[in-house]
Amino acid sequence: MYPFSFSRATDERSAFAAATSGARYIAGGTTLVDLMRETVERPTAVVDINGLPYRSIDLQASRLRIGSLVRMSALAAHPDVRREFPVIAQALELSASAQLRNMASIGGNLMQRPRCLYFRDVSASCNRRTPGSGCAAVNGLNRGHAILGASEQCVATHPSDLAVALVALDAVVITRDGTGERQIPIAQFFRQPGTTPDREHDLRPGELIVAVDVPTGPEMRRSGYLKVRDRESFEFALTSAAVALHIDAGVIRTARVAVGGVGTVPWRLPAVEQALQGRVPGAGLWSTAAALAADGAKPLQENGFKVELLKRTVERQLRNVAGQP
Amino acid sequence: MVDEPDDDGAGEYSAFRVNRRTFVGASVTVGGAVAVGSLLAGCDDAESGEDAETSRTTLTLRINGEAHELTVDNRTSLLDLLRERVGLTGTKKGCDQGACGACTVLMDDTRVTSCLTLAVMHDGADIVTIEGLATNGRLHPLQQAFIDEDAFQCGYCTPGQILSGVGCIKEGHTGSAAEIREWMSGNICRCGAYTNIVTAIAKTSSGA
Repeated sequence: MYPFSFSRATDERSAFAAATSGARYIAGGTTLVDLMRETVERPTAVVDINGLPYRSIDLQASRLRIGSLVRMSALAAHPDVRREFPVIAQALELSASAQLRNMASIGGNLMQRPRCLYFRDVSASCNRRTPGSGCAAVNGLNRGHAILGASEQCVATHPSDLAVALVALDAVVITRDGTGERQIPIAQFFRQPGTTPDREHDLRPGELIVAVDVPTGPEMRRSGYLKVRDRESFEFALTSAAVALHIDAGVIRTARVAVGGVGTVPWRLPAVEQALQGRVPGAGLWSTAAALAADGAKPLQENGFKVELLKRTVERQLRNVAGQP
Repeated sequence: MVDEPDDDGAGEYSAFRVNRRTFVGASVTVGGAVAVGSLLAGCDDAESGEDAETSRTTLTLRINGEAHELTVDNRTSLLDLLRERVGLTGTKKGCDQGACGACTVLMDDTRVTSCLTLAVMHDGADIVTIEGLATNGRLHPLQQAFIDEDAFQCGYCTPGQILSGVGCIKEGHTGSAAEIREWMSGNICRCGAYTNIVTAIAKTSSGA
């Protein structure tokens, strides 16, 4: 690990001031400390933001507001979240381990960096870590990599489960910096790699996530997260599906579907949603809709299995959430 | 044991000596001193020369009920502080990446992996390690249960398993063997003593 100076922000002003002079924000640290030790991240200054007042979970009529410093475990355990947004609680509890969930913050969860082993290995080529150096994963060990949203420059998946749920639910990321506050729809927050894979999100330098808003709606209570992994617990997704359905008078009024483990960003499936909306739930419908889940997929040498696995993951989770297993 | 880099200012050095007398072991600086030299040699950052002045922080931690004031290199993980600065080697370093759970301790009553957090982030925190679980010479019930149930073989993961198990019981995730397995999945046991670990936690949580 390279040396760095350390400070604690006592208020937003001191946090922004530190960031303006080049400091990296640290909250839980479970990603940043790990990557600093691997020298993937080399900040010369780190500012601890845990003293800032972003710790509340507040359910109102139109939205749930989640402070960015709320820990994953606290959000997952919150009774309002478990009752009104089961997909959020499930995505969190299927992430990482109990210890890491006690440490990791919600803002930091969205800021997680790729788990691609070439990204983490400073001796390997990686356009995300070192722009222009090439991508060792395109023709390397890429069983766990993306089949959607990749470019020639980068094929790493986005690692967050929570983000998949938040993309399905149209969450809004609330940020602040010295110039004021912004509300960024989460689908715009995450950037596909394209020709600039080192730009992973929409944040400006020094801009800080202060909260995440999730809209309420009748479909939120009927929601859930399914995660398929190489082992049953404490593992990143091969595929995953976040689903929310509003079924009224025997008809699907609203369907929200996003998938993880397959995209360079959390991947919304509007075609699947459209195939469901206005239709009567039934065995044929789930498979017809789920058949669209991998549209546009471009598998790599080792991850072709994800195409079929993704369709089956979506179909199973549609059935689970609809209560038609 | 290698000493601190001697290019520190005098004030910094005297502060360090005070701390050094207070604590058993200061060998964290072995890795630190070597790393600083080699990394700076290959680093063209003009500000690097200031690092020796700005890369340390003084903090106070309550560890197993005892207050410790230390001045640490900012890079020091909580795990390395416990093992190398305070001499509490019961907490183990397995993967140093948060993947194995061997370094689990309780921080402010919550289980965390001490390898993945910087010590400097926890000024004022209350830490409990395996050395602090027994009270008045009596083992914690989960420690006793690990012995009674034969819940370890080589023992390397055991301190982390026990601290994680204490956290798991406090959190209330011991309703079934399956629930215990899920909520203990952050602790790897390469000997495969899982069956007896689950039994030890289940019996302790039910008071049996």
